[in-house]
Amino acid sequence: MIQVESADQFLKQVSGSVAEGERIRLCLQCGSCSGVCPFGFAMEFPPQAIIASLRAGELKPMLDTDSIWLCVSCYACTNVCPAKIPLTPGLLSSVKAEKLMKSSVPTELQDALVNARKYGNTVGESPRKRADWAADFTVEVPILAKTKKPVDVLWYVGDYPSYHARVQQVTRATAKIFKALGVSFGILGPEEQSDGDVFHLAGERGLFELLASKNAKTFEKYEFKEIVTTDPHAYNTFKHEYPKLGYRFPVRHYAQFLHAHLDRLRSLMKNKLEARVAYHDPCGLGRANDNHIYEEPREIIEAIPGAELVEMGHNRTTSICCGGGGGGMWLDGFAWEKAGTRTSEWRIHEAVAAGAQILAVACPYETPRFDDAVKSTNHAKDIAVKDIAELVADAIQG
Amino acid sequence: MNIAVPIKFVPDLVEEMEIDSSTGKLDRTFMRLVPNELDEHALEQALILKERHGGTVAVITLDTGDVDEALFTAVAKGADRAIKIAGEGYAEGVTSHAYADLLAEALKNGSYDLILAGTQAVDDLDGSVGALLAAKLGIPYVGYTVKVVAEGGKVVATKEYPGGLLAEIEVNPPAVIGIQAAEKPPRYVVTSLVMDAMKKAKIDEAEGAAAGLEGAAEITGMRPPEAGKGAEMIDGDANAVAEKLVGILKEKGIL
Repeated sequence: MIQVESADQFLKQVSGSVAEGERIRLCLQCGSCSGVCPFGFAMEFPPQAIIASLRAGELKPMLDTDSIWLCVSCYACTNVCPAKIPLTPGLLSSVKAEKLMKSSVPTELQDALVNARKYGNTVGESPRKRADWAADFTVEVPILAKTKKPVDVLWYVGDYPSYHARVQQVTRATAKIFKALGVSFGILGPEEQSDGDVFHLAGERGLFELLASKNAKTFEKYEFKEIVTTDPHAYNTFKHEYPKLGYRFPVRHYAQFLHAHLDRLRSLMKNKLEARVAYHDPCGLGRANDNHIYEEPREIIEAIPGAELVEMGHNRTTSICCGGGGGGMWLDGFAWEKAGTRTSEWRIHEAVAAGAQILAVACPYETPRFDDAVKSTNHAKDIAVKDIAELVADAIQG
Repeated sequence: MNIAVPIKFVPDLVEEMEIDSSTGKLDRTFMRLVPNELDEHALEQALILKERHGGTVAVITLDTGDVDEALFTAVAKGADRAIKIAGEGYAEGVTSHAYADLLAEALKNGSYDLILAGTQAVDDLDGSVGALLAAKLGIPYVGYTVKVVAEGGKVVATKEYPGGLLAEIEVNPPAVIGIQAAEKPPRYVVTSLVMDAMKKAKIDEAEGAAAGLEGAAEITGMRPPEAGKGAEMIDGDANAVAEKLVGILKEKGIL
């Protein structure tokens, strides 16, 4: 990729960057994208204004601002666009790519990019510690490089589920469920690398391709029937982006996998929850690439004895991003400075207003983000954040 | 303005540091070596000066093993030349005196106006390489600098002293400047440009000269830091630690 010099050149680049990218010509300037964007109010150039500027032949003023880094790649704009322009993966990630070419990236995100390139994980930890969460744990978690045996499920654990203390609890809960279901599974441990989804959407396509090629080479070494991911981002990118690079593997998110085993899970889940539960739709399972995995997680929650599912105002296609996507996970300080608000806090207010006592999530970015938001909104007495895997594991007897 | 930037490879602190009891030195079995952070700042400052005044930037390092990617990354960021000094045993670490000898030999005929080096490296925090290098080359040295301005053939370096004191020191190039921090954090370079550099750029090799050890401190032993008297280490899970900590703060009347 070369650095673009004119608005026209940039428009051509956007058109060619993604399937149906040329639809950018069909923009009606209706402004729906900018209106629905959770940070549109704080951006100097929200999506529709970017297109207007480019059409007027102006590239520099838009690239001179850094408000594009408020974009959390949540696909809300793409979802409402009447002209069906792939705004998130086409236009917005191309603007980010241009900013990155000019080395114009907030340092918080830069650290995550450097870490991923250097260590294969965003958190800057030693790759050798990637499976440490499974050490001294009641469930035996086979590492494929050691067992060298075929498995049904290659469990792609992911960065946060491997390293983040809070999300490791979700990871252990998932392992308990696999054990209870008698699933034949294995993990990659130190061989596993970041899936790259957020970097792809953050405009660092070279890094995405590097990580994808490393992961694909590792996947090819082992015999398995399907990949099951903890992270919706990993699911989304393995399903839709890796195949574009020639890496094709059958993949399901763990919510889909558990849903397929729901009859068996029903017989195992005996512990009562007795709580009202709101489910937060992660962007990667919902709007992204029209994945539309909306009902499976809800049906799992409804199958938990005593759980009463309640809905927040924004749900399914209108869900509000937790703020972690597209690099947002590492832009908290930047976003706070620019926008003075956190989408994760809006979501907690919404969940409490819906009468939920538990906010159920299915994405590893969400447990820590919403946990923090529960505290910062002073709702620790009202609501708890639990991953669906934790709710299911807690409900399983024994 | 032609600038050279020596880059030292130091142990990556994401791995646990362990001492090999048989040798009394760092156990390097799983150790990964990475560019010293302040040397990355020196490179950033060199690239900024190049952007302002033109000229070239050369990066130079001892061949400790996996150094090529870091050198190509420097080229992708804007360095014009990458040099690695070949020799035995560099991965085990060399003394500051030996390192300065090797650099002086490799850089003495390079006609560099400035040599920008990190003020110190995390492995020994010795902070003497820049000064030793300048002495060997017979040129001035200013260390602990946070700003470097080139004007009318002169260079003004802003040096940091303890207590927030700053001094502007004017030197006539050629000179060695020890960088404490670049004007801005080291830049990011996208992976595709690093890949391009790997395909297109070449790394020059220089033969390592015999390195002297004269004046070098001898390491007689290493051990992990110990908790001193008066320090109370709180162990346990996060909740237990937090509870204990809150108790202590209350006891001391802070909460």
